[in-house]
Amino acid sequence: MEIFANLALGFGIALSPFTLALAVAGCFLGTIIGALPGLGPSNGVAILIPLTFTMGLDATSALVLMTSVYYGAMYGGRISSILLNIPGDEPALMTTLDGYPMARQGRAGDALVLSGVASFVGAFLATVGLMLLAPMLARVAYLFGPAEYFALYLLAFCTLGGMASNNQAKAALASCIGLGIAMIGVDSSSGLPRLTGGNLHLYDGIDFLVAIVGLFAIAEVFFFIESHGKGSSIGVKLDKVRIPWKDIMDTKWTMLRASGVGFIAGILPGAGASLGSFLAYMSEKSIAGEKGGFGTGVAKGVAAPEAGNNSAAGGALVPMLTLGVPGSGTTAVLLALLMTLNITPGPTLFTERPEVVWGLIASLLIANVVLLLMNVPMVKIFVKVLMVPAWVLLPGVTMISFVGIYSLSGSYFDLLLMVGFGVLGYILRKLDIPTVPVILGILLGGNMEDALRRAMVLSDGDAMFLFSTPIAVGLWIAAIAGFVAPMFLRGVLKKPPAITD
Amino acid sequence: MASDRIFGLVTLFVALAYIASATQIQTSFLTDPVGPKAFPMLIGAVAALCSLVMIIKPDPDPDWPAARTWGALAVAVVVLIIYAFTLKPFGFVIPTIAAAGILSYQISPRPVAAALSGLGLSIGLYVLFKYALGLSLAGFPKGWF
Repeated sequence: MEIFANLALGFGIALSPFTLALAVAGCFLGTIIGALPGLGPSNGVAILIPLTFTMGLDATSALVLMTSVYYGAMYGGRISSILLNIPGDEPALMTTLDGYPMARQGRAGDALVLSGVASFVGAFLATVGLMLLAPMLARVAYLFGPAEYFALYLLAFCTLGGMASNNQAKAALASCIGLGIAMIGVDSSSGLPRLTGGNLHLYDGIDFLVAIVGLFAIAEVFFFIESHGKGSSIGVKLDKVRIPWKDIMDTKWTMLRASGVGFIAGILPGAGASLGSFLAYMSEKSIAGEKGGFGTGVAKGVAAPEAGNNSAAGGALVPMLTLGVPGSGTTAVLLALLMTLNITPGPTLFTERPEVVWGLIASLLIANVVLLLMNVPMVKIFVKVLMVPAWVLLPGVTMISFVGIYSLSGSYFDLLLMVGFGVLGYILRKLDIPTVPVILGILLGGNMEDALRRAMVLSDGDAMFLFSTPIAVGLWIAAIAGFVAPMFLRGVLKKPPAITD
Repeated sequence: MASDRIFGLVTLFVALAYIASATQIQTSFLTDPVGPKAFPMLIGAVAALCSLVMIIKPDPDPDWPAARTWGALAVAVVVLIIYAFTLKPFGFVIPTIAAAGILSYQISPRPVAAALSGLGLSIGLYVLFKYALGLSLAGFPKGWF
């Protein structure tokens, strides 16, 4: 079996004592990052990328560390959902619907352990799915020429825009802001500067890390100043934590189904973990029917979104690794990490650098087991972390962001840009304009333009070449459908209202 | 209503300015059928279209903060800009005490707690970066130690 040989290669890399220690540290850090309200996985990974870069870790170690943080943050998001009724990150929103009522019934410990197990099942199955599906998709990806890639990038922007916002025009505008920023700098094929306004600092272009940290972390500080850090105190007491075997056994089919739904949602480019947890919760709710009592604090309502969310997080890695097109905000940040480490995702990654792919997959499996072992007995420690007041946490996050970005280039210009992106992020989020398409635009803008230009060179300027193969036509149709369909499905896909006290 | 319209108008002008400056991009003698101008102009055109849609069909206004909160946000932005400029000449520790303290005060207005969190964060993070993570970070102005 080829898979086992590959896995052995991966574990050979990921099981050294140093990388294991990194995985444990990453999981711990990630869970904390995920648990703290306002510090989601995208945020946390973005702040840590420049720091790992300056610590001089090699590519594999950095990848192990950051994927552990990523998976850890996906686990951690549930803690504040259940105890505070505040989702630690966007995908954890659905967990508040049943998790918080369950905690108010005095079963906070049960909800935390159950959601931890559900997260494990979801993430584990998704990693297995990734192992099986990614090499197959990588073989298909060899058929992709520049025309197909252009259509694929378009598909990512269209579906992400369609899902992420309530207003198509706003989502498309966000993508354009990102793409427009990506154009700044020296043009890769002619070597001449573009749109720099003569500013020497802009000749290298705008670093996507500066934009990510600004839009996510700095903007968050402004939101906390606006709300004066309210709503970050614990309202629910956590008693003794036991393992609720009965609940786990009762929800085993729910977890399996939710993992499948979540994985498929995660694979769709641009859809991501939020859609995964949403679909998993809604499908389980309709299977259980009226008598299921979803929304009143039932075990299935906690297990389904957590399994779906973590499974989608694994599924989102499939298009990111094989095609270089991220499926969600956090995978966009992971793509940024790979690009920083000089690793280009795509079909060639599987043949040319198998050690990176399989090392990553092995470290995902390790991180998963570490997280399960860590989360059940240590959940009390993570709950303590939630007590850190916002007026210490947010200034700390700001300072870490500054040092991280400053250590990239040592220039005050990047820091000013970062503050500028923070202000932009605040305004965009206030106006309900999604910020993830901006990031995706900055990350993929250069590649998208290159694909278009290469396609035009091949066809000598004939625009019909973009629709010349069945794959390309299919992607165009999917892109248009993904952009238009949510306008009509909005009534069906409406999110259930959050529980209020 | 109004905020979407204002934002749409601003982005419309930015998009038009973007297209205008894209027409000024130098082209080299070695060029491909698309050239360096077309894609930026396409983006500008799509952005302008989206801005028009936002102006014609605006969403309801978000809850904007009160005037006092705007003041606090402006102070935070100014503090961060000053912090960006002082980080290099003054080292990490001193500007961080000031910036973290002021930000902390903006989130929760208690002077003593804010000052303590500024001091604690500054020293704690300096020790973390310098000794635990091994970053080469200048802690103090040149010539102090």
